[in-house]
Amino acid sequence: MEIGLAHYLTVSAILLTLGIFGIFLNRKNVIVILMSIELILLAVNINLVAFSAFLGNLVGQVFALFILTVAAGEAAIGLAILVVYFRNRGTIAVEDIHHMKG
Amino acid sequence: MIISTIAFYLFAAMTIASAFMVISAKNPVHSVLYLILAFFNSAALFVLLGAEFLAMILVVVYVGAVAVLFLFVVMMLDINFAELRQGFLQYLPIGGLVGIILLIELILVVSGWVLSPEALDVSSQVAPLTSGLTNTEQLGQIIYTDYAYLFQIAGMILLVAMIGAIVLTNRKRAGVRKQNIATQVYRRPEESMAVRKVEPGQGV
Repeated sequence: MEIGLAHYLTVSAILLTLGIFGIFLNRKNVIVILMSIELILLAVNINLVAFSAFLGNLVGQVFALFILTVAAGEAAIGLAILVVYFRNRGTIAVEDIHHMKG
Repeated sequence: MIISTIAFYLFAAMTIASAFMVISAKNPVHSVLYLILAFFNSAALFVLLGAEFLAMILVVVYVGAVAVLFLFVVMMLDINFAELRQGFLQYLPIGGLVGIILLIELILVVSGWVLSPEALDVSSQVAPLTSGLTNTEQLGQIIYTDYAYLFQIAGMILLVAMIGAIVLTNRKRAGVRKQNIATQVYRRPEESMAVRKVEPGQGV
């Protein structure tokens, strides 16, 4: 059976759903929420690369490269904020973060 | 052809299974390890799609940098993870509902969608795939010409992220003596040295 564009889109749709499901499931654990965001970005990348390959257009891969860059920066900043927050409060429970409301 | 089909199903199944384990594993360290497995398998999917450069970048950047960063933070912070897992089942119904609705919508989109014939017309495309060049060469030819500004901006984003992470996590600790080169250079002999006359047979 020929593997077509729809197969890759299905994989990426399932990955995206799992990522969003993970955010709901691990409401208290910020680290797993950040990992879920990485999964969502990975799903987007698979989508872009699949379209790029099947339409014969390279621009999708260029955009996937930039998404990869932004995802790396986002993970670094997010984890840095997490470390600072843990240092100040001794916990990473998301429910306590509303203390930071101005 | 049959081998690539089998490979696709293998890698896709492994990616989805490890993504599921990422969100459901009890220990966050296991979550990170499953995340690494998911990235490896999607890199293999990229190779199947003919995007070798992105596959290698995915392995280098995600597995080599991001996942290790996650692992480092998970192991560095002393967190009671059992406490964080409370409410896991409480959020399961609403999360499952949202997830299932989203998945049904996405499947409807994927199955009800057709490619317009104009989209496949190679002559209308911005950067068509050209034969005879490797994927890396083709990407390099358009990243450094058509997308040079975006490439520069991506570099700036990484620089800002790096400086931001350093500024956020750097702290002054009390009781730690650090070398201050400016004060060392600024010292004069007059203020750091005293010449005393000592009488013979007496102490200072």
